[in-house]
Amino acid sequence: MNAAATEVETYEDYLNNDYGWRSWLFTTDHKRIGLLYLVSITLFFFLGGFFALLIRLDLMTPPGDLISSETYNKMFSMHGIIMVFFFLIPSIPTVLGNFFVPMMVGARDVAFPRLNLLSWYLFNIGGLCMLYAVVNGGVDTGWTFYPPYSSNFSNTNVAMAVTAIFIAGFSSILTGLNFVITIHAMRAAGMTWFRLPLFIWSIYATSLIQVLGTPILAITLALVAGERLLHLGVFDPAYGGDPILFQHLFWFYSHPAVYIMVLPAMGVTSELVATFTRKEIYGYRFVAAASVAIAVFGFLVWGHHLFTSGQSIFAGMIFSLLSYAVAIPSAVKVFNWTATLYKSSVSLQTPMLYAFGFIGLFTIGGLTGLFVAAMGVDIHVTDTYFVIAHFHYIMVGGAVMGYLGGIHYWWPKISGRLYPEIWGKLAALIVFVGFNLTFFPQFLLGYLGMPRRYHAYPDEFQVLNVMSSAGASILGVGYILPMIYLAWSMRYGEKAGANPWPATGLEWHTPSPPPPENFLEPPVVTWGAYDLSAQPDLANRLKDEDRVYKAALRAGARKREELEVEPPATGA
Amino acid sequence: MAETVVADRHAPGAARAHQFDNAEQQRDAATMGMWVFLVTEIMFFGGLFASYVVYRALYPMAFAVASQALDVVLGTLNTVVLLVSSFTMAVAVFGSKTGRRRLMLGGLALTIALGLVFLAIKFYEYYQKYAERHVPGPSFAFPAPYTEQAKMYFTLYFAMTGLHAVHMIVGCGLLTVLIVMARRGRFTPDYNSPVEISGLYWHFVDIIWIFLYPLLYLIGRHLE
Repeated sequence: MNAAATEVETYEDYLNNDYGWRSWLFTTDHKRIGLLYLVSITLFFFLGGFFALLIRLDLMTPPGDLISSETYNKMFSMHGIIMVFFFLIPSIPTVLGNFFVPMMVGARDVAFPRLNLLSWYLFNIGGLCMLYAVVNGGVDTGWTFYPPYSSNFSNTNVAMAVTAIFIAGFSSILTGLNFVITIHAMRAAGMTWFRLPLFIWSIYATSLIQVLGTPILAITLALVAGERLLHLGVFDPAYGGDPILFQHLFWFYSHPAVYIMVLPAMGVTSELVATFTRKEIYGYRFVAAASVAIAVFGFLVWGHHLFTSGQSIFAGMIFSLLSYAVAIPSAVKVFNWTATLYKSSVSLQTPMLYAFGFIGLFTIGGLTGLFVAAMGVDIHVTDTYFVIAHFHYIMVGGAVMGYLGGIHYWWPKISGRLYPEIWGKLAALIVFVGFNLTFFPQFLLGYLGMPRRYHAYPDEFQVLNVMSSAGASILGVGYILPMIYLAWSMRYGEKAGANPWPATGLEWHTPSPPPPENFLEPPVVTWGAYDLSAQPDLANRLKDEDRVYKAALRAGARKREELEVEPPATGA
Repeated sequence: MAETVVADRHAPGAARAHQFDNAEQQRDAATMGMWVFLVTEIMFFGGLFASYVVYRALYPMAFAVASQALDVVLGTLNTVVLLVSSFTMAVAVFGSKTGRRRLMLGGLALTIALGLVFLAIKFYEYYQKYAERHVPGPSFAFPAPYTEQAKMYFTLYFAMTGLHAVHMIVGCGLLTVLIVMARRGRFTPDYNSPVEISGLYWHFVDIIWIFLYPLLYLIGRHLE
């Protein structure tokens, strides 16, 4: 398949085949629904970021004199709730997954397009409930909603907040269900399981967690709401209830939820590494199986959140061992990405910078996860900033890096335009620097003993806290920049063409932006994922580019424009 | 082959949605989608079953004593009603597969009727519990020494049977939609996925009750 061959003179793409607000709000096109999600979760991302901003501002000074303690409790609670349930969990699956899962398996749409639209509406209804809880005085339980505080004592909008998560949870379940069936039943002719891109494998594993885990969270939060509204008392010690049962049920979902956030980012990273090293992923089957293994192990480790909650020592030991086991498939992925990089010609474009960011930061986050999985160390660092730093390295350093990398990588396909590369690289650099400056000092703070969720702290912690706040403001700039230049590129960016990087996946074998049913003719797959040798046109194109590049280097060219003086000869 | 497929899916009146290549793919997707949905339902009820297991293990006597307050005759009657409704549902699915529309319509109508009988009996039981002050809340009453722990039992009783009843109501609504569709002649032996997967749902709700009935009604019988 030559890129030029798929470039058709005139065709209707998914953006210009229909106009008006109805064509968006009643669309069943997975690509448009992906963009609807992009708008929704971006709004929640900046709302959650706003709360983080207030937290970091308040922590600039030891006494905590910017906002009151009660307000501070609400700030970190709403930051956590919104970021976890309304940004991180939906982020990659609903935006990039919706847009690209059908395209990458070679389907015209997801299996249940109307259910897909319903998911978006449920997400927004849940989101509106959450906004109501926020403007109506907020929530102060922390994102974990531990009873008996959440059920019997908090005077804030807990019932509305858990209702919001309950509703958004069904959006998550239905999205996961849709992807499972799409990947099972909608693959194109010749697209066998082991020809699937690794992004699809990771989305599949993620969807399994969403389908199996989210209902448990839903029923658990419904019971908390029942305690508040109907005085049920399932977790209330006064009626013989056990608050620890809530923690078990909550973490049975919420620990796997961490993998809902990071597995898709791993999938994105696999795509990026393959594309920008121009190689097949080393040990493809192992990386694919590792995704499923992480999903399975993820369900067996929830007890490591209860080391200090009064769980038996033997249960703690088992959960500790199982938590170490998660490191194995995670390490398989990191080592295999690294092995893919070995002796390849890495092209350092913006998405690849995010992929490097992901690999490095995820490694730090994962290794510190081993610290807190060890029961002895965990006693020392429980409920300190060490834990905060650890999970932000996974969630922000891992999941958000993967999300941004994926958005940049697929933006030419989504919008049909290229973003300004120099700005992309700059933003990636700013995000990386800002992130590390924000969260690395928190490892130190936590190890020195600064507890999480506290409004005020001793004077000796101020330097590290000011560093962290400074980093947060840099990080904020890094997040706003892509908003601006990506929006700019939609109108003024250079036309991308079908396959700008170039990459091997099916989604690049169709024009950008794609036509409404994704492909101009039904694709037939005869090659394994990332297999350049099976796509001679693409391989020749890369060889030509390489030849021109080397010739220009020999001639002493320094600028990109000078490199392209000689047009690449088309491979016969 | 690809050309005929493309031509087919734009044929007027085709019951096939545009994203599917052929009827078989659509049927597989629908059936598998319902099975996966039922898995999520198992997990949804699973949270309540897990809570039940924990508290019954902690307070076995209180649960047995509190269980005696339920009307086992009505509970058994409801079990029979639901089992028969699963049979009529299976008849409806059989009718839709073999193209016997009247059999399908009769099966669906009977299933709804039995579902409503179940709900009527259930709500009568709820009323009884309300009259006996067994509904958890400020006015809850139960003889000592198990007052508080019996409240936990009744909390779980109402949560579990209540969630089950909600599923019954949704099921009756689904079957009503099926009747309207069937009367418009939307189902043929080649296209009956909605009937079949609604049947799966109905049987699932039935099976949930098969677990609820002994766990809630029968655990105290040995004390009599």
